[in-house]
Amino acid sequence: MAKVVAVTGNEACANALRQVNPDVCGVYPITPQTDMMQKYASYVSNGKVDTEIILVESEHSSMSACIGAAAAGGRVVTATSSQGLALMWEMLHIASGDRLPIIMPVVNRALSAPLNIHGDHSDAMGARDTGWVQLWSENAQDAYDNTIQAFRIGEHMDIRLPVMVCLDGFIISHSIERMEYLEDEEVKGFVGEYKNFLPLLDLDKPKSYGPLILPDLFHEYKKAQHEVMLKVKDVVLKVAADFEKLSGRKYGLFESYRLDDADIALVILNSAAGTTTDIVDGFRARGIKAGLLKPRLFRPFPYDEVAEALGKVKAVCVMDRSDSFGGYGPVFMEISSALYPLQERPVLINRIYGLGGRDYLPEHGEAVLNELDEIAKGGKVEKYKEYIGVRE
Amino acid sequence: MKLKGWKDLTPGSVILEGGNAVQFKTGSWRAFRPVWKKENCIHCLFCWIYCPDMAVNVKDGKMMDFNYDYCKGCGICALECPGKKGQTAIEMVEEGK
Amino acid sequence: MATGLTLKELSKKEELLTHGHRMCAGCGAPIAVKMVLLATDYPVIAANATGCLEVSTCISEYTAWKIPWIHTAFENAAATISGVETMFRSLKKQGKIDGNVKFMAFGGDGGTYDIGLQSLSGAMERGHDMLYVCYDNGAYMNTGIQRSSATPMGADTTTCPAGSIIPGKPQKRKNLTKIMAAHNIPFSAQASPSHWTDLMKKVKKAHEIKGPKFLNIIAPCNRGWRSKTNDAIMLSRLAVNTCYWPLYEIEDGVTKITYTPKEKKPLVDFMKPQGRFKHLFAPENAELMKILQEQVDSDWEKLKRESECG
Repeated sequence: MAKVVAVTGNEACANALRQVNPDVCGVYPITPQTDMMQKYASYVSNGKVDTEIILVESEHSSMSACIGAAAAGGRVVTATSSQGLALMWEMLHIASGDRLPIIMPVVNRALSAPLNIHGDHSDAMGARDTGWVQLWSENAQDAYDNTIQAFRIGEHMDIRLPVMVCLDGFIISHSIERMEYLEDEEVKGFVGEYKNFLPLLDLDKPKSYGPLILPDLFHEYKKAQHEVMLKVKDVVLKVAADFEKLSGRKYGLFESYRLDDADIALVILNSAAGTTTDIVDGFRARGIKAGLLKPRLFRPFPYDEVAEALGKVKAVCVMDRSDSFGGYGPVFMEISSALYPLQERPVLINRIYGLGGRDYLPEHGEAVLNELDEIAKGGKVEKYKEYIGVRE
Repeated sequence: MKLKGWKDLTPGSVILEGGNAVQFKTGSWRAFRPVWKKENCIHCLFCWIYCPDMAVNVKDGKMMDFNYDYCKGCGICALECPGKKGQTAIEMVEEGK
Repeated sequence: MATGLTLKELSKKEELLTHGHRMCAGCGAPIAVKMVLLATDYPVIAANATGCLEVSTCISEYTAWKIPWIHTAFENAAATISGVETMFRSLKKQGKIDGNVKFMAFGGDGGTYDIGLQSLSGAMERGHDMLYVCYDNGAYMNTGIQRSSATPMGADTTTCPAGSIIPGKPQKRKNLTKIMAAHNIPFSAQASPSHWTDLMKKVKKAHEIKGPKFLNIIAPCNRGWRSKTNDAIMLSRLAVNTCYWPLYEIEDGVTKITYTPKEKKPLVDFMKPQGRFKHLFAPENAELMKILQEQVDSDWEKLKRESECG
């Protein structure tokens, strides 16, 4: 029986973690993640979970302790944002290289300098090459559902990889939304008992984690890691299918909105996608065939499926809430790579929006769709990459 | 030894066999070899406890011999050996001589 | 002997760090580790900071460790083992696992005094049941003898080379054993492989104390110290007997010198066999040599006073 609640994204994630009841959780404060782990700490203090929390002195130690705990053999979680994720960066590679299924909500926030505590995607985009699976979430419901599914994906015996669940700082983490919780028993049943793989605590079979690997084998280890990533897509879809049976909510590799016959489309991640569906509806009402693609699984990236979904569109704008300065936005680069193998492909432009908590307003999406409409009709592309909603 | 392909590797590069470094013999590093003079040995086992390479064989509390498969020839044992009546029980001899 | 600390008895035990490791000939670190493990009568899991010990004992699919062992990175051995220990505690609390397991971390001075200090401080403050062992060879030896905050004043390293203007490292070394004790942990101590009974007693004592423990072991490095391959024990003994590396422990805030040299030797006895101090014997550095001796004397007197006060 689903329970309808009005909660923040942080609270929803904390509750998902409580329902999963992991063995160890690394806790360190950083805005805007802080109250997710505060909430979790209160579950621990009040005996609502069996979890032992480690109140670390930094995110670097948090991820290090999580790696130690996961290698020891058990279910491990933590959560972070922004500078915290940046400080973890070194250890993110080690978590994935060691194939440890640590689950981590990342409440997306800008990176310094200048210092800014508000939402954008610079943190998680900066970690896209760390070997973690990344699931992105439009709202609190997505964040909750993704967090629960992340355990099944990361812990799958064919996968054994860490998973980041990304949700927008403040916009989602701190806004109260109506959403549905699953029952505790349903979540428990869905994620199942944790299955160990090469645990250090198996004292009878002493193992060594983290050897020095020389050039004669390193290349092979990395190829193996890449190959495992290629298996993730199928697992994500299988887990989503099971989740749909349980919850009635459908998830895929990405979400297409009115894309089938679209002439123009936006690609946009996370919370801004909600606003964009309304904009798309407005254009459709005016007879303009607009559509939207909202990525969910960003790592590994579903290139073929995205190419299939966007291939027939005439003009596409990829909206990035982070920038690769001097290059294109990170989402743009993936969409561009996905479309390149096609014989005929859409005109593709890149717009950077909403950095450091700048609001994404309907007129921003509308202006871009108007521009795309002109391009689709044969108009010239003025600029392939540009910032929008920015003052001169 | 045939090198492993990417499909043959243990996930996470975990080494499953504790202590399998015994398969890697370091004795070839040696320039000088310790030679045990049994007659001067008082079986104090200082050579054993101070050996960085676990290359001194001891049985029932008695020094037996050196394990030349692993001894790197550092000479700590010879320097620390008290010997008997000032006569050392371990002498370092240049390899090949 | 009741302690089981006779070499005859110890030699019957399985050595948990095997031969086949690739530390340099005559390195002090494996001697220290072997002694620590010989003194450990419990199942043990260890973390290891990146460094000589780590790269040489677990390399390319060969491990010299017969115990469960984990290396993750340079600055975080304490945090890593704190995670292992926490998982053990969690599973034990839930009735999923049983037994008495000891948790240890090994790190060099670079990974402990410098880059790993925050992680170590955090783990100590959190009170994990663990023993952190620093093998202190006084520089970043794995990367090629760069100075660390454990490098002795005046030493020649590749990043504080003895030159015509600067005679080696200008600063005094950090006293990490006391810094650890200042965390109000139950046990912080210094040991030397030359004094193996003292070292092993400290390890045994540490294992019987619940909570965070710290053991600092001097570990001569003949490459970095520019000495001979056979002198690791001799030099560590001289470090003790010159009072450069006094053997003491701080248990629940009470300082106790565990070994007092019968005859305190001049510091030059420790320095002379080491090429890293060679330049200090030049006439123009006589004043600096005097200062170094005075520092050792004053630190030793201070330690004696602390020890007398209890």
